[in-house]
Amino acid sequence: MIRFFAKRLLLTIPTFIALIFLVFVAIRLVPGDPVEVRVGEHGIDPARLAMLRHQLGLDLPLWRQFLDYLWQLAHGDFGRSLSTSNPVLGEFLTLFPATLELSVAAMTLAVVIGIPIGVVAAVKRGSVFDQGLMGLSVAGYSMPIFWWGLLLIMLVAERWGLAPVSGRLDFIRFDYDTPTGFMLIDSLLSGEDGAFLDALHHLMLPAIVLGTVPLAVIARMTRSSMLEVLSEDYVRTARAKGLSPFRVVGLHALRNALIPVVTVIGLSIGVLLAGAVLTETIFSWPGIGKWLIDAISRRDYPSLQGGIILISALVILVNLAVDLVYGIINPRILHGR
Amino acid sequence: MTLHRVLGLGVATLLLCGTAASAKTLVYCAEGSPENFTPALNTTGTSFDAARPALDRLIEFKPGTTDIRPGLAESWDIAPDGKTITFHLRKGVKFGATKGFKPTRDFNADDVLFSFGRQYDPANPYNKIGGGKYDYYNDMDLPKLLTSIEKKDDYTVVFHLSEPNVTILADMAMDFAAIQSKEFADAMLKAGTPEQFDQVPVGTGPFIFSSYQKDAVIRFKANPNYWNGRPPMDELVFAITPDPTARYSKLKTNECQIIPYPRPADLPEMQKDPELTVQSQPGLNIGYYSFNATKPPFDKKEVRQALSMAIDRGAIVKDVYLGAGQQAKNLIPPTMWAYNDAVKDYPFDPAKAKEMLAAAGVKTPLDVDLWYMPVQRPYNPDSKRIGEMMQADLAKVGVNAHLVSYEWGEYRKRLSAGEDTTAQYGWTGDNGDPDNFFFLLSCPDGKPAQNNATKWCDATFDADLVKARQIADQAERKKIYDEMQVIQHDNAPMLTLAHSVVFMPMRKTVTGYTMSPLGTHEFDHVDVK
Repeated sequence: MIRFFAKRLLLTIPTFIALIFLVFVAIRLVPGDPVEVRVGEHGIDPARLAMLRHQLGLDLPLWRQFLDYLWQLAHGDFGRSLSTSNPVLGEFLTLFPATLELSVAAMTLAVVIGIPIGVVAAVKRGSVFDQGLMGLSVAGYSMPIFWWGLLLIMLVAERWGLAPVSGRLDFIRFDYDTPTGFMLIDSLLSGEDGAFLDALHHLMLPAIVLGTVPLAVIARMTRSSMLEVLSEDYVRTARAKGLSPFRVVGLHALRNALIPVVTVIGLSIGVLLAGAVLTETIFSWPGIGKWLIDAISRRDYPSLQGGIILISALVILVNLAVDLVYGIINPRILHGR
Repeated sequence: MTLHRVLGLGVATLLLCGTAASAKTLVYCAEGSPENFTPALNTTGTSFDAARPALDRLIEFKPGTTDIRPGLAESWDIAPDGKTITFHLRKGVKFGATKGFKPTRDFNADDVLFSFGRQYDPANPYNKIGGGKYDYYNDMDLPKLLTSIEKKDDYTVVFHLSEPNVTILADMAMDFAAIQSKEFADAMLKAGTPEQFDQVPVGTGPFIFSSYQKDAVIRFKANPNYWNGRPPMDELVFAITPDPTARYSKLKTNECQIIPYPRPADLPEMQKDPELTVQSQPGLNIGYYSFNATKPPFDKKEVRQALSMAIDRGAIVKDVYLGAGQQAKNLIPPTMWAYNDAVKDYPFDPAKAKEMLAAAGVKTPLDVDLWYMPVQRPYNPDSKRIGEMMQADLAKVGVNAHLVSYEWGEYRKRLSAGEDTTAQYGWTGDNGDPDNFFFLLSCPDGKPAQNNATKWCDATFDADLVKARQIADQAERKKIYDEMQVIQHDNAPMLTLAHSVVFMPMRKTVTGYTMSPLGTHEFDHVDVK
């Protein structure tokens, strides 16, 4: 068991270095120069341009820049943003709670709704209910996030007035400190009446939009895994023993059917963070996604590199954790292969 | 009652319970987050807008115009040689107090010296803070022009110039020239957190900064002691909303009362909405099509004139600007005081164009490169589409235009080096001074300047440009600029395409908002009924 863990951990390190290298090179392959972007039509005399580039270390050969960057990273320094001059790590940590809060809410929604839907569809296999639900899940899976978000804003927020259009809080009513960066927690800490409900209210639409794709995936996965399990001998045995359908499905089958679903949830974290970029833009959600888009348009290398590396690290770690959990649930993986 | 009505009622009740606050709040749905709150370090309008409520300048622009008026400087004298400007500062002006800083003294000359000193004096402790790049200070040529700033007494500051230049007065009204509190700077330096200085704008403006959450919200409170009268609103909130569709939605639901940069496609609907008003104004910009006057056959003015007549600008403004543009006949927009309305625009006349090309000895078909910009700019919403329309028009007079483009930085570099034959380009004005547009066609020492995309050089035009800078009298200056617009029109170094029209949608309840031709957003006099 320990050997398995150690092996998986060690594999993570080269993956990580390769990732840093890829990000570093890819960003620089995109045409555009951070200094030029900054200057615009106003032009700038070549001497000053060279000086600015030198200050930013952009005049060094690429390999030197890369080694310098690795050295910096080794010291936990992600550099400073070219547009705001603030430390990249600091900016990331300020904005990340918003993304995390949104992602967790979306995932919770996906799990809480997706698994029951999958189970019911499997149990009522072939029924109108099953076909309807699965049809909806295909629709959910293929829904372009941008369009879905705008649709909800137009209907739910604008036409029916059931939700705010965007943002995380009603700024006119509430003005309090946000020490943790998680609006749901901070609103409770603030002790202001209605703040928590308001934060929840603001979270509603973005979480639905972001949760739709994972919800569809989880529902489908649960259904197919459940169908497989339901045809196993031990389920038939349990039924033959005269156990109630609820106990058969809920205890015997579901527990085993959830194993692949856990994997899917783990893999969805990456999808979720990618979807967060769009969702945050549509709902003006002040998270990492929005920040990365700004960094791209400004060719803000340090922010872009730092942001992508930190997010990828997170995805890698989550996948590692999923592998480990999976190994614990299903010991065959530890010993076999 | 349907389900959603029931839910809606519930939510409405919930909201009503909470809206007991009596403070008058104006919510402006801003398009983005500021880079920081020190305008001297910034280059984007978004950042300037965010610091502007809290900061004043020595000179201000009169609302809705590009004319200047006294700000923190009550008056100024220009010495007869034009090289010394003495500013007399306003007395009794208070700085706003923010979290963690209580000002102990009024605004005075030290704050002026500090705010400019940071930008030019390497010995200033803040010179290197925040990246130490002062783009506008440099772009306005101040390192060359401004030799020193001297404090005569607490309320008198003297600017010494290397040569007479009145455009510096308009520069002083620009955001980079904002006056920040030296006392606050000293306090932050003493606390060992000088970076904090750029995160909190402490100035003498109509509003006092209270808090900022990145990418979410900036809050201001009215400055009760504002020297120019307390603003009508108690609170000003910038709700940062980057997506134009979301901004429009929030305007409709009254989550914000005023929004910048609407999508042109949404405008017809906005203009029909009985709850909204849409103000509009020509932007302080120009999109143009430049001819490289150093390359044949564009070294002949008849050829440039012919091409100017071959292109249907009316169609371009209609199809590409979607009504958000105004056909241009001069380099400067009509909102500027130096605009010469007597200039007669080139008509769209392909037959005449063909004739003129033949008369100029141009053999058709003539092959030219037509550069289009890879980016959208305020003055040019879709350069490629415009290029295609020009291509079609030019083909009709026997000119084969090949569309060419480069990455934006590369595009500007090559254009500046004169590698193009014809190219689309443009300019957004900085300070409302005509010089800030006409210098685009300058050629100091007979060589086209870096920003001169046309590479056209005209001795009279250039001499006029220099002369106009040294004259303080506006009427005298206008005479010179009038003449320059005629020279420019006759020589046609570029075909002026359009000034974009800027729109500002707001709720009907908003009063007192004046659009600025400079594109800044100001809320000093705004009230909400």
